[in-house]
Amino acid sequence: MILNMGPQHPSTHGVLRLILEIDGENVVRMMPDIGYLHTGIEKTCEAKFYQQVVPLTDRIDYLCPMTNNLCYVLAVEKLLGLEIPPRAQWIRVMMNELTRINSHLVWLGTHALDIGAMSVFLYCFREREDVLRLFEAVSGQRMMTSYFRIGGLALEPPLGFFDRVKAFTDRFPSRVDEYEELLTSNPIWVERTKGVAYMSPEDAIALGATGPTLRASGVDIDLRRDMPYSSYDKFQFKVPVSKDGDVFARYICRVQELRESNKIVQQTLGGMPEGPIKADAPKVVLPDREKMKTQMEALIYHFKIVTEGFAVPAGEVYQAVESPRGEMGYYIVSDGTAKPYRVHMRGASFANLQTLPKMCEGRLIADVVAAIGSIDIILGEIDR
Amino acid sequence: MPLAPAITDLEKLKEAPALARLLGWKAAAVTGAKFDREELTIYVDRPFLREACAILRDDPTVPFNFLSDLTCVDWYPSEPRFEVVYHLLSIAQKDRVRLKVKLGGDDPSIESVTSIWPAANFFEREIFDLFGVRFQGHPYLRRLLMPEDWEGYPLRKDYPVEGYR
Repeated sequence: MILNMGPQHPSTHGVLRLILEIDGENVVRMMPDIGYLHTGIEKTCEAKFYQQVVPLTDRIDYLCPMTNNLCYVLAVEKLLGLEIPPRAQWIRVMMNELTRINSHLVWLGTHALDIGAMSVFLYCFREREDVLRLFEAVSGQRMMTSYFRIGGLALEPPLGFFDRVKAFTDRFPSRVDEYEELLTSNPIWVERTKGVAYMSPEDAIALGATGPTLRASGVDIDLRRDMPYSSYDKFQFKVPVSKDGDVFARYICRVQELRESNKIVQQTLGGMPEGPIKADAPKVVLPDREKMKTQMEALIYHFKIVTEGFAVPAGEVYQAVESPRGEMGYYIVSDGTAKPYRVHMRGASFANLQTLPKMCEGRLIADVVAAIGSIDIILGEIDR
Repeated sequence: MPLAPAITDLEKLKEAPALARLLGWKAAAVTGAKFDREELTIYVDRPFLREACAILRDDPTVPFNFLSDLTCVDWYPSEPRFEVVYHLLSIAQKDRVRLKVKLGGDDPSIESVTSIWPAANFFEREIFDLFGVRFQGHPYLRRLLMPEDWEGYPLRKDYPVEGYR
């Protein structure tokens, strides 16, 4: 029988359509059908200036907006050859890790909700409220922050912001203990997730999986540690790897990543360098508002950047960062003008989704829900 | 810091592991190379692409066993019009390389690499959907993101940003 797990389904985490060929309770074949969220972002980017693309990037992987910002901004800075001041780099790391915590909290809440542990959802979203209030303090937006700009940050964080972040990181580990107490040794959770949707490391590498989906199968690669960017090499953190390759292993990896991200945020708070938050490149970076209102050159630079953009030397670059889902890459081709010639977003979920048929064929339908939750896909990233 | 100028001389670059391996296998397959912004790009000739990918994947010293990204750039109106770009990653050596193949604008087609990296499946379907480049040997070459009955290839440069509606 061919069954349609349609685009409108509470457990498909977005508008994902799965065409399942089932025999009783077993899935014989599965084919994902995507494209329901396709909005042509890659085409739109070609019609905008480089700085205008930054808010578009927020919406691609909408659960980790700052990671998208970071990837795009790093790619353009690589094209330009800009050097970013250390304070901006440290704050970028801090916001990136808070975004990772944010994304993993949503993952944990919705994954547990799909499998049936409904109270975990409320616990996770209680912490997520704190993080979203921090984002709102720093950029004015809860979700689509666009806080990182080409050349640094948009604004200096407000007074008292770092104390609030410190208070959050102090109480967060005990909260992760609460989630683990609810799930890790819960016999129903273990029954539903251990041994389910196994993926071998060779299959995972061949199918293009990255992130916790790959690390839970035993392949130890994390772009923050192995190919560091934006001063990640200055922080110590462990990368959780598991050999089991099932849904439970992915769950353990991501929960441990919550703790590791918390540690990284604590490290950024202690020893944050002083200095500017924007690079010294007046033709690329907008001047401060006070300077723009009083100095003529700053006003002219502001006007030129906003109305005409800045020309980026011709060339191409592929910048990859470690998003909560895996390797997110931006391939930007520049032809020397102020608008990008081609922007391609390599969403981690796009490749991770290809592992789903391999995981689910031959298993029960109920395991399909657990598998979808465990690979943590975001349809915005898949469809763009 | 100012950008270092790009190195495009094959002689200077032939020590890089990926390029050395390909030149050692068949020097005619490589039509050019570029090292720009700390990234190595190798231009491969169209008939040799699939074998070159297999050789790079099975290289004993630097195995490029992971396909990071597969995309296409449309250089309309200059010919050759399409440029298919492969981003490879070696998980063991943490090294990246970019392979590029140029295709002409009339009926662009190239061999599929799904037999080498199954990850290429969705990527090639997306390029077929949005650019119209056919991949020979792909198990299921249908439109991926656009509806099945869509006409036209949206990411081509002669397709308007506003679309046709």
